[in-house]
Amino acid sequence: MAAIAEQPVERLESSWEEPGGLVTWLATVDHKRIGVRYLVTAFAFFVVAGVEALVLRVQLAVPRNGLVGPALYDQLFTLHGVTMIFLFATPMLAGFGNFFVPLMIGARDMAFPRLNAFSYWIFLASGLFIYAGLPFSAAPNDGWFNYVPLASAEYTPGLNIDFYGFGLLFLAVSTTAGAVNFIVTILKLRAPGMSINRMPLFVWAVLTTSFALVFALPSLSTANLLLELERKHGFHFFDAGAGGDALLWQHLFWIFGHPDVYIIFLPAVGIVSTIVPVFSRRPIVGYTAVALSTVLTGILGFGVWVHHMFAVGLPQISMGFFAAASLLIAIPSGVQVFAWIATLLRGRPVLQTPLLFVLGFVVVFVVGGLTGVMFASVPFDQQITDSYFVVAHFHYVLFGGAVFPIFAALHFWLPKITGRLLSERLGKASFWLMFAGFNLAFFPMHVSGLLGMPRRVYTYPAGLGWDAANLLSTVGAFALALGILLVVVNVAWSRKRGPWAGADPWGGDSLEWAIPSPPRPYNFPVVPLVRSAHPNWDRADREEDARRAGQAELVLAEGHQTLATTVLDGEADDVLHMPEESLWPFVLALTLSVLFAGLLLDLPLVATAGGVMALGALAGWHLPRAEDEDEDEAW
Amino acid sequence: MARVAKTRRVSGTVAVGAVLAVTPACSSQQSTLDPASDSAGRIADLWWVMLVGSAVVFAVVTALVLVAVLRRRGAHAEPGRASRLGDPLIAIGGVGIPAVVLVSLFVLTVRTLPVTSAPAPGATRLRIEVTGRQWFWEVRYPGRNVVTANELVIPVDVPVEVRVSTQDVIHSFWVPRLNRKIDLIPGHASSVLLRAEKPGVYRGQCAEFCGLQHANMAFLVVAQPPERFRAWLARERRPAGRPRTPALERGRRVFFRSACAGCHRIAGTAARGDAGPDLTHLGARRTIAAGTLENTERDLRRWILDPQRFKPGSKMPGLEVPGDDLRALVAYLRSLE
Repeated sequence: MAAIAEQPVERLESSWEEPGGLVTWLATVDHKRIGVRYLVTAFAFFVVAGVEALVLRVQLAVPRNGLVGPALYDQLFTLHGVTMIFLFATPMLAGFGNFFVPLMIGARDMAFPRLNAFSYWIFLASGLFIYAGLPFSAAPNDGWFNYVPLASAEYTPGLNIDFYGFGLLFLAVSTTAGAVNFIVTILKLRAPGMSINRMPLFVWAVLTTSFALVFALPSLSTANLLLELERKHGFHFFDAGAGGDALLWQHLFWIFGHPDVYIIFLPAVGIVSTIVPVFSRRPIVGYTAVALSTVLTGILGFGVWVHHMFAVGLPQISMGFFAAASLLIAIPSGVQVFAWIATLLRGRPVLQTPLLFVLGFVVVFVVGGLTGVMFASVPFDQQITDSYFVVAHFHYVLFGGAVFPIFAALHFWLPKITGRLLSERLGKASFWLMFAGFNLAFFPMHVSGLLGMPRRVYTYPAGLGWDAANLLSTVGAFALALGILLVVVNVAWSRKRGPWAGADPWGGDSLEWAIPSPPRPYNFPVVPLVRSAHPNWDRADREEDARRAGQAELVLAEGHQTLATTVLDGEADDVLHMPEESLWPFVLALTLSVLFAGLLLDLPLVATAGGVMALGALAGWHLPRAEDEDEDEAW
Repeated sequence: MARVAKTRRVSGTVAVGAVLAVTPACSSQQSTLDPASDSAGRIADLWWVMLVGSAVVFAVVTALVLVAVLRRRGAHAEPGRASRLGDPLIAIGGVGIPAVVLVSLFVLTVRTLPVTSAPAPGATRLRIEVTGRQWFWEVRYPGRNVVTANELVIPVDVPVEVRVSTQDVIHSFWVPRLNRKIDLIPGHASSVLLRAEKPGVYRGQCAEFCGLQHANMAFLVVAQPPERFRAWLARERRPAGRPRTPALERGRRVFFRSACAGCHRIAGTAARGDAGPDLTHLGARRTIAAGTLENTERDLRRWILDPQRFKPGSKMPGLEVPGDDLRALVAYLRSLE
C-alpha cells in the first residue's frame, strides 16, 4: 500500500473533492452538503410555519376578531401543523443526522450516497407540492390528522386534501429512503472498534428513530392511499353509509402518529445526551440505561396510539390497557431526565449557549411530560382532549422537546459546519427571549383549555374567560418569534464575522471534533481507531491516528473508499467503493414529481409519462459504470 | 364527602393563579373547573390531584437542575470519569418514584372511569337524542314528539341519557361543567350521561374540528326544576298556532314566500324543510345559529339579512326583503314560543 500512496492525503483530496458548477450542485452526493441542504430547507419551512402561527395568534388575540376568515384560518392551522411535523421537525433532525452521523461514527459518507441525494430532492419536491395549493386557496384545510369523513370528497371538495394525501405519500418515499440509509450506515459503516455499546447516544437515537419510521410510515401511507382511492376513484373504505368505517382512518393515522411523536422527540433527546456530557466535562452517567431507554421508548411508542381516541366511545377494557401503556412510557423518559441530572450533578457544568438551550428543554419538557401523563388518565383525557390544554401540552412536548434541542444543536454544531463560532452574548439573549416567549405563549393555553376553549376555532365569543389568556399567548408568540429572529441574526453575523472555531471548540467527546471545521470532503484522512464511547477524549488514540496518516496506514486513498465493519462488534469487514456524484437522483425526483402532479390533477397521461420516465431514470441510475468492475460495491 | 370535594375544588381554583384571577365572574359557563355534576366534579378532582402531584415533581426536578448547574460551575477542563451503568439517582428518580406515582394514578384512573362511562341502555328514565350537523345540533325527545335545536332542557338532579349521532362529519358533544365529551362518529352510536346538580345554563360546544363553522357550533344545556321542565316539555310538543295579529300573519306569509320553509320545519304548518334547525319554538330559545348570536329582535334581523357575515360557510343564504317584511318576519319567528 505504501508503494502506491506517496502522498495519500493529497490523493484523498483530489478523489473526494467535487468539481464546482451547476451540474455538480444538482449532482452532489456529499452527505455534508446534503445535510446542510436539509437543515436550510427545513429551517425555511420552520420560518414559514412560524409566520402562519403568528397570523393565527393575531386572529385569536381578541374575541370575534375579523383578520382572517375561517377558510384561510383552516388552511393556515393545517399547514402550520403539517409543516412543523413533516417538513420541519423530521427533516431538520435528518439534516443533523446526515451531517453528523457519518462524522460521529468515523465514516466518509452515508452508506447510499445517491439514495441520500434522492431523499433530499424528494423532500424538497413534496414540501413544495404540499404548499402548491396555497396561492389558489386550495391548501390542506382539515387539520394535520385530517379526519374523515370531513376530509372526504363530499365534505371537502376541491384539491385541498389531495395536496395533503398525495403530498404525504410523496414525502414518505423520501423519509423511508432516508431511514433505510441511516440504518445501514449506522449498522455497517462504524469505525473499527466502535462496537454497538460505544456508539454515541445521538446515533442510538437516530437508529431507533429510523427503525420506528420504517415500521410507522406504512400505516400513514396506507391511510393516504385509501383516502385518495376514496376521493378520486369512488371507493368507500371510510364511508359508514357503504359499510366502511371512519374510525379506520383514526387507527391507521395514530398507529403512525403517536410513534411519530417519538420519531421527532428521540433524536432531539439524543442531541441532549450529546451536549450534556460535553458541557459537564464528564461522560454521561448511565450510558447503558439511556441507550436502552431510547430503544424502549421507540418500541413502547407503538402501543399507545389509542390514547388519541379516548373520546370516541371505546370499550373500557381497551381504554384501561392503553392508559397503562401510556403511563408506562413515562418511565424511560424519566430515566433519561435523571441521567442528565446525574451527569450535571457529578460534573462541572459550563453554562454556554448550547447547555442553556438544553436546560430550557429539560424544564419545558418536564411540564409537557407531566401533562402527558395526565392525558393517560382516561377521564381527564375525555374531558380535556381537543381543548387548548392539548395545544399547550403538545407544544411543551414538541417545541420544548424538539425545538429547544434543535437550537441547542444549532449553537453546538454550527461551528463544525461553517468553521466559525456564534456570538455567546447574542446566543444567550436569544435563549432567554425564546424561553420567556415560549412560556408566555403556551402556558396560558393550559388555562384557556381548562376553561373550556376548544382547539381549531377561528374565533370565540367574549365573556367565557378566555380573553386574557389568548391575548397573553399572542404577545408571547411575538416574543418567541423575536428570539428566533435573533438566532438568525447571530448565524448571519457568524458566517461573516464569527471567530474561527478550530477543530474542537467545546472539548467534545465524539469523532466529529477530531477533524477540522469545516470538515474536508473525505471527512477523515485515516480510518479512526475507537476504544471507548468517547473516542475524542482518548488522546493516545487520536495521536495514533495522526501517526498512521503519516505512514499511510488505513488511509484508503484509492478512489472513493470507506471501511465497512460488523454490525455488533464493529470489526473491520470490507472496503467499500462509494459512488461519485450523479444526476440520476435529481432526475428521478423530477420524474416522480411529474407522476404525482398527474395523479393530483387527474391527468392519467401525465401520470403515466411521469411513471415511465421514472422507470427510465431508475434504469439509468443502475447502469453499470466502467469503474464498477469490482463486485464489492456499496450498491 | 361531597362538601370535602367542593372545598378542595375551591382552594384549587385559587391556586390556578394570575390568569384566572383576571377573568370575570360570569366566565365559568364552559369551565371544567366549575363542575355542576358528580361526573364533572370527579374529573375536576382528578385534575387537582394530578396538578398537585405534577407541581411537586416539577419543583423537585427544576431544583435539581438548578443545583446541578449553579453549585460548581467549571471551565472546559479535562473530562472526568463517570459510571457507565448508572447511578442511584437514576434508579430512584427515573424508575422507583415514577413507578409508585404511575401505579397510584392508574388506580385512581380506573376508579374514576365508571363515572364518565355511558349509561346502560334503559338505565335512565329520560333520553334525549342529539344529532350533530354542519353546523348546528338537532335535539329530539323520543316518544314525546319534541324537536328543537341547539338547546337541551333537562330536569335538575335527574340522570339523562344523551344519545349522540351525526348526520355528516365527526363532531364532539361537550358540556364541560356536566361531563366528559363524546365524539359523534358516523355509524357508531354512543351516549353520555348528564345529571345537573343545580338549575342553571351550561354552555357546550363542538370539540372535534368539523369544517368552516366548527367555532360557531355551540349549544346550551338548561337545567330546570322538574316541574318547570315538565311545563316546558308540554309547551314544546304543541305545534305552532295561527298568527294572532295581522302583522304576524304578514310575517308568516313572508316566511313561506321566501323559501324559508324549504329548509326549516315549523310543526303544524306546511314548513317541513330538513336542511336547517327546526323553528317550531324558536321564540323560546336563548340563542340563534348555534350560539352565534343572541335571540333578540336585532340579532335575528341581522342574521336573516346576512348569515354569511356572522357564520361564513353556513348553508343559509341571505334574504333580500323590504324592511317592513323583514320586521314582520322577525316578529312572526319570535312569536313561535
